[in-house]
Amino acid sequence: MLQTISILLENKPGALLRVTGVLAARGYNIETLTVAKTIDPELSRMTIGVDVEERLRSQVIKQMNKLVNVLQATDLTDAPAVIREMILLRVRCEQPTRTAVLKEAEIFHARVVDSSTEGFALEATGEPEKLDEFVDIMRSYGDIEVTRSGGVAMSLETKKIRLQPPVPAAVPQTTF
Amino acid sequence: MSADILQSLPAKRVETGKLMSGAEMLLECLVREGVDCFFGYPGGVTIPFYDALYDHHIRHVLVRHEENAVFAAEGFARATGKVGVCCATSGPGATNLVTGLVDAMMDSIPIVAITGQVHSKLIGSDAFQEADTFGITRSATKHNFMVKTLAELPQIVHEAFYIAASGRPGPVLVDIPKDVFQARGHYTPIDTIHLPGYKVFTEGHAGQIRRAAQLIWEAEKPMVYAGGGIIAANASAELKEFVETADAPAVCTLMGLGGLSSSHPNFISMPGMHGSYAANMGMTDCDLLIALGTRFDDRVTGQLATFARHARVIHVDIDPAEVGKNRTPDIPIVGDVKRVLQKLNKVLQELEPEFGRKKAEPRRRWWSQISAWKAERPYDRPRADDEIKPQHLMDEIDRLSGGQAIVTSDVGQHQMWAAQLIRFNEPRLWINSGGLGAMGFGVPSAMGAQMARPDKLVFAICGDGGFQMSIPELATIASQGLPVKIVVMNNGYLGMVRQWQTLFYNNRLSAVTLDCFPDAEKLAAAYGFQGRTIDKPSQLTRALEEAIAYPGPYLLNVMVSPEENVYPMVPAGGSISEMVFGDVKPVAVA
Repeated sequence: MLQTISILLENKPGALLRVTGVLAARGYNIETLTVAKTIDPELSRMTIGVDVEERLRSQVIKQMNKLVNVLQATDLTDAPAVIREMILLRVRCEQPTRTAVLKEAEIFHARVVDSSTEGFALEATGEPEKLDEFVDIMRSYGDIEVTRSGGVAMSLETKKIRLQPPVPAAVPQTTF
Repeated sequence: MSADILQSLPAKRVETGKLMSGAEMLLECLVREGVDCFFGYPGGVTIPFYDALYDHHIRHVLVRHEENAVFAAEGFARATGKVGVCCATSGPGATNLVTGLVDAMMDSIPIVAITGQVHSKLIGSDAFQEADTFGITRSATKHNFMVKTLAELPQIVHEAFYIAASGRPGPVLVDIPKDVFQARGHYTPIDTIHLPGYKVFTEGHAGQIRRAAQLIWEAEKPMVYAGGGIIAANASAELKEFVETADAPAVCTLMGLGGLSSSHPNFISMPGMHGSYAANMGMTDCDLLIALGTRFDDRVTGQLATFARHARVIHVDIDPAEVGKNRTPDIPIVGDVKRVLQKLNKVLQELEPEFGRKKAEPRRRWWSQISAWKAERPYDRPRADDEIKPQHLMDEIDRLSGGQAIVTSDVGQHQMWAAQLIRFNEPRLWINSGGLGAMGFGVPSAMGAQMARPDKLVFAICGDGGFQMSIPELATIASQGLPVKIVVMNNGYLGMVRQWQTLFYNNRLSAVTLDCFPDAEKLAAAYGFQGRTIDKPSQLTRALEEAIAYPGPYLLNVMVSPEENVYPMVPAGGSISEMVFGDVKPVAVA
């Protein structure tokens, strides 16, 4: 099963690579990844969907938390959280099925973003599993093309982030 | 105490707002960080930096290969606890640093590496001597930086030193484009560092410390397992007080040797693959394992499932990712082992009247069991009349150093024999490439250590393989006049690989014969110092004494029994209680 890891990190060059490097160095394949600025433009929020062996999961989170650019990495897999994903889907459909396609789209709260004689382009958001179903159904009407955003997650618990306070610079060590 | 000559130099401070170049600012930042000496090799893009260095008081040691610049900086850092600094140019200079950076990463050694980068306008254009240093060293460092403007240079340099030295120490690289060295700007000293995501846990959880103290008093067969964290945290005094208060025997890992004096009555020896019988039996049989600043490395634990199987575990480490990584502890304590031991010692003393005497009888039995193990199978110390046994060589070095000399090593058989047989009565005397196991570490790290501690007798013990990786640095040693005593334990083989081929690969010796070795006397003479080759046990003591007495560098090439194997040995993947003591063919497991 896919785990969901939510990471708050500094919006700095190379920071993304450091986080994904923790997974890549251990041979894990990242299934989904989203990242964007938070309300504080110096920070980014990243959501990763990845399949990590059960016994190594907390180790991976700890390694991420060790990164200088990471403020907080949390495993949301079994925590109270909402996960949503967006999908853009193009379906080819002939005249007779067009109404049916629109009906189905409505069930999934999908919006039509483009309509042509060849078919529709649809936009939907929802839980990733729900979108899987949406894809399956649309596939039954004709050829489809799909672009998915990957999940974005938010914890429903308020977790205090422990931030390191400023320290004086250039205090030469006097250990010896 | 360290480098008296260097510290007596005036520390220059630049006033706020002064117009300076990036290169000058970098030097000013180094001065403010207390750097008095660093190791490096110049190149095209670092010429502006070396130009500024030309009339600066900081001492630069010109090594002969960039890899050795990191190793030397590591030797400096390991011998003093201060941050070691090295410098290389872009491209090949930077890529040559990588082995040393990973070495420092594995052994948690504070290093700041400065690399030049091509002009920022050329980055990404496959310019001459361009390499993606920032990308290449990302996983080789604790953290790395690329400086993009002069304005951010001082901040980044101080952050680099702070990250390298604090928490679990490690190497930090700062990549600086040529134009940043050349740019001029008004210098403003940096007073604070703010790294909101950089978490350092030092204090340890008070409740956990109290529970740990109770467990320690309740234990009948406690065993202290002390690692390199004791050295990094300068916690030797606290460790000594701890083992004495808790009345517990202690093993020190390869990285922790000297953390508790080798002459202390509670010290058993090194545990693990080539650890002593008593250490490994003690670890296996104990009912409480107190792991201090250590990471349950596979060379120590052997097969994890059977490691200290009946023991409860207290694990103290500053790195939360180490706690529970290989063994889930009963009491995890994340903190600086020095601070935690200070508190733990206090609580132990507090609880002593309540618990102290309850386990006196089982403790007495435990100690006599440990003495019995020690007596049953001490380390082998074979002697021969016609050839020098490697153990004989280490014993003589031990006798002459009296537990007081700095000893560096490469990796392999000589490293294990040195770790087994040489005493280290203080921390920061035993300097070796532990985690990475890098050949060619001994000579350059001895340079760095001797630079930091001119007062100390420094031995670089190398194999004939590793030494040949270090030969270029004989020039550095000669030109700096460093009185390092290089002792080559020469068995004509890549000994440890040969040992494995003998034991696990049907003695099919593939590519391990080093059949050509330079004449030591001529080689040393070529660099202007003394050298000698010996091959008879009767020559050994005199030759070592002569090397020590000689007022400069000395290369002593000691021909030893070629086929000698290091024992005890735990075959890879086996339980540490299942040691092999002699040339009986064990079952190949990995």
